[in-house]
Amino acid sequence: MNKEETIQELKAIVKPYIQNEEAFENLTEDTDFINDLKINSANLVDVILDIEEKYDIVIDNEAMEKMSNVKAALTIIETQLASK
Amino acid sequence: MNSKEILSQLPYTKPFLFVDDISRIDENGVEGTYTFDENLDFYKGHFKDNPITPGVILTEVMAQIGLVCLGIFLVNDVFNKNTSIALTSTDIEFLKPVYPNEKVTVISEKVYFRFGKLKCKVQMKNQKGESVCTGTIAGILRSSAKEDRTALE
Repeated sequence: MNKEETIQELKAIVKPYIQNEEAFENLTEDTDFINDLKINSANLVDVILDIEEKYDIVIDNEAMEKMSNVKAALTIIETQLASK
Repeated sequence: MNSKEILSQLPYTKPFLFVDDISRIDENGVEGTYTFDENLDFYKGHFKDNPITPGVILTEVMAQIGLVCLGIFLVNDVFNKNTSIALTSTDIEFLKPVYPNEKVTVISEKVYFRFGKLKCKVQMKNQKGESVCTGTIAGILRSSAKEDRTALE
C-alpha cells in the first residue's frame, strides 16, 4: 500500500462530508475526522462504508471506534488488506 | 417481534404519533399506514383556510414508519428507554399534495444498518396508489448512554 496514494484516496472519500474546507485542504495524517474536518458522526458511518467498498474490506465495531483520524484509518486499511 | 409489539414500543404519543398500522415488516423493509385526521392542529395554520399536510409532517410520517418502526424491529429486544434515536438526514422530493382525511402508505427499503445508523429508501403513496413523496432518510439508534452522546455530537 502506498501511503501518499491512500491519503489521496481517503481525501476523495471524505470530501462530500467535510464541513471545514481549510482543514481538508491541509489534510495530514494527524487530521481528525470529527474535530478537524467537522464530519458529523452519522456521516462518519458513510465514510467508513465508502472505505469498505473502495478497498473491499470489512471494518468491525472495534475498528470503527478507533478510526478517529487519517493515521488510524491508514492503519486499519493496511491491517485489513494484509489479513485478506 | 410482531407489528403490535413494535407499535407499543414507539416512543411517540398524540399529537405526534404518525403510525396507525404496520402491514409488513422484515429485516429488509417495512410497510405501514397512517390516516391524517382532519382535526390535527397544524391544519388550522397550514394554510389559512386551505388545509394541506405540511412537508415536514409527511417527512415525519415517513421517518416514524420507515425508519423508527424498522429500527425497533432490527434491534429487537435491545430497544428500551435507554435507546436514543435521532434523525440524522433526509433527502425527500414532494410530488403531490396530501389533504385532511387522506390515508397514506409508507414503503421503506433498508439501504444499510451499520454502526447504529439506519439508512432507508422511503416512498409514500396515497390511496390512488400515486407516489406523493420519495427519498432517503437516515437516523441513529443506539442503546448505550455513552455511545448516544457521541452519536449526537
